[in-house]
Amino acid sequence: MKSVDYLASEAEHSPIVPLWQELVLGSIAFAIICFVLMKFVFPRMEETFRARVDAIEGGIKRAETAQAEANELLEQYRAQLAEARTEAARIRDEARADAEGIRQDVLAKAREESDRIIAAGTEQLAAQRESIVRELRAEVGTLAVDLAGRIVGESLADEARNRGTVDRFINELDATGPTGGRR
Amino acid sequence: MTGRTIVLASEVPFPPSVEDFYLPSIVPWGGHDYWFTKITLLLWITVAMLIIFFLVAYRKPKLVPTKRQWLAESIYGFVRNNIAVDMIGKEGVRFAPYLTTLFCFIFVMNLWGIVPMAQISPNSHIAFPIILALISWVMFIYLGFKKHGIGYIKFALVPPAPWFILPILVPIEFFSNFIVRPFSLAIRLFANMFAGHMLLLVFTLGGFAMINANALLTPISILSWLMTIALTFLDFAVIALQAYVFTVLTASYIQGSLAESH
Repeated sequence: MKSVDYLASEAEHSPIVPLWQELVLGSIAFAIICFVLMKFVFPRMEETFRARVDAIEGGIKRAETAQAEANELLEQYRAQLAEARTEAARIRDEARADAEGIRQDVLAKAREESDRIIAAGTEQLAAQRESIVRELRAEVGTLAVDLAGRIVGESLADEARNRGTVDRFINELDATGPTGGRR
Repeated sequence: MTGRTIVLASEVPFPPSVEDFYLPSIVPWGGHDYWFTKITLLLWITVAMLIIFFLVAYRKPKLVPTKRQWLAESIYGFVRNNIAVDMIGKEGVRFAPYLTTLFCFIFVMNLWGIVPMAQISPNSHIAFPIILALISWVMFIYLGFKKHGIGYIKFALVPPAPWFILPILVPIEFFSNFIVRPFSLAIRLFANMFAGHMLLLVFTLGGFAMINANALLTPISILSWLMTIALTFLDFAVIALQAYVFTVLTASYIQGSLAESH
């Protein structure tokens, strides 16, 4: 039954003759899909592609700029560092020179001071020596007189005092002292 | 099992015929009207699917794409770079949207041939390939005239050859460029889809026919069904290839019309 049905309708269709209804529907459907995809989707994809390329190229450019900037800064820092080094060296040299000057000053002062002290000492010594000599002279006279008095006699003391013999004697001693030392 | 087989076998007569491609209307009042059939339903589903997929995937495009956006971009990028730009050159970017639409449309329409439950490609009805081929045909002729003016006729028909051979060459060129091209485009696509469906029908129905005729043929029936599965995979290759070929040929015709010289 059914196969007869099919055989009967087989004459109706040829696979290479299009159905006009399908031609109409297919055209409408394809037009719709073309309209939507070609208007709303693919142009936006092109835009996105372009934006992506821009983003990547912009990124590279930004990175290059940053790199250049960093290099410049590095150079700057290096220059500053070198400058600071020379500055430090200069300061060190100056300090060394200052220290040397100060040392010289101190030395000179110290020498002067010592000279002064020595001079003062010498003077004092001379003065003391003078006073000692003077004392000794007096004492030596007295002693000699005492001694001579004891040897010669007590009475001589008064006479010697009166006539200044002792002083004379000492003065003589003084005058002949140096020659006497050589003798 | 046997009962079901018999029922199925009585429903699907063997061998399959061309009439198996012309299904009745899916609306109860339709009868043999062709406005609402499985074929047109699949057509509308194709359109809806593609539009929804691309609109959703590209609703908010980002520079760093999401997975779905990436997929949509890959499809477009594939047709744009590997077909449009490769075949046509830099100018091809202009045609990439159309070619991508064409490729997606043909691919999904073809794909119905192996989708379970659908299992018939609308492209096995020649109406749809004819529409697409006609658009390509009009397009490359229009572009040719736009590029070369009226000189396009000479450009397309007169190849650089000695004068005495032109009487033969010009008719051949005319025939091949303006008549064979649209036909071959439409028929290649249609025939592949038609044959694919027919093959699946033969092996599926053949299995039922054999098991019905003689229970001893059961192993061969099973083999036949296994062949159906294998052929489904083969069909997938054909589906992708035909979508690609149609798009590439359209691009190639466009390139021919835009070329400066032969």
